[in-house]
Amino acid sequence: MAELNIRERQAGDVTVLDMDGRITIGEGSVALRSAVRRLLEEGKKKILLNLAGVGYIDSSGIGELVSSYTAINKEGGQLKLLSLTQKLQDLLTITKLLTVFDAYDTEAEALTAFK
Amino acid sequence: MTEQTTRLVLPSHIEAVADAAAAVTGFIRDCGAPDTAAFGIEMAVREAVTNAMVHGNQEDEAKSVEVVFNCHGNELEVEVRDQGEGFNPANVPDPTDPANLMKTSGRGIFLMRTFMDDVEYVHRPEGGTAVRMTKRF
Repeated sequence: MAELNIRERQAGDVTVLDMDGRITIGEGSVALRSAVRRLLEEGKKKILLNLAGVGYIDSSGIGELVSSYTAINKEGGQLKLLSLTQKLQDLLTITKLLTVFDAYDTEAEALTAFK
Repeated sequence: MTEQTTRLVLPSHIEAVADAAAAVTGFIRDCGAPDTAAFGIEMAVREAVTNAMVHGNQEDEAKSVEVVFNCHGNELEVEVRDQGEGFNPANVPDPTDPANLMKTSGRGIFLMRTFMDDVEYVHRPEGGTAVRMTKRF
């Protein structure tokens, strides 16, 4: 089984990536990077990462979230996060990145927040 | 169990980080550390082993990373040794400084220090760096 499974769906003009597994150095981080870069190449610039199924993330995974955020912003798009687990929320708080990312508890709230 | 030691020798490729994580998960349980500490200890070990492989050994597969777990009473100690050129953790900038927030790397040591009670770097006389981390519970 892959370290990180990513399922893509469309909600209006927002692309939702439902992620399940671990975002850690190697396979997990690469899978996230590839998915986001591919969406940008396809012109899909409003991206919502549903992290409900992500039970573990390391510093490489955190770095990949930052890298995705920067890449999407550079293309004039928006990245938002959905359904952070408590551990992931704690990690983003500790690293002070919760002030950088837009994170939402419900998909409805997140979708409304995209302009 | 109150006294126990486990030693692992891993090749310097990223896939082996998972082997260290699996080993520490079992060790934490056998050592009697509470579940609340397990996440942070595993995180610290993953980060230390990743640093040893990537920054220490430069992913040279001819070089190995050694991980030694010790359990003494209510204390779990992990030492991660590489065969690299040496490393000065003082050169790593604070990743929570606003100027560094958007950097895509440089958070590993910060997370190790966050989740462990002590983190100490030692230059090994035979070459390479060892990082010793202790968690009390």
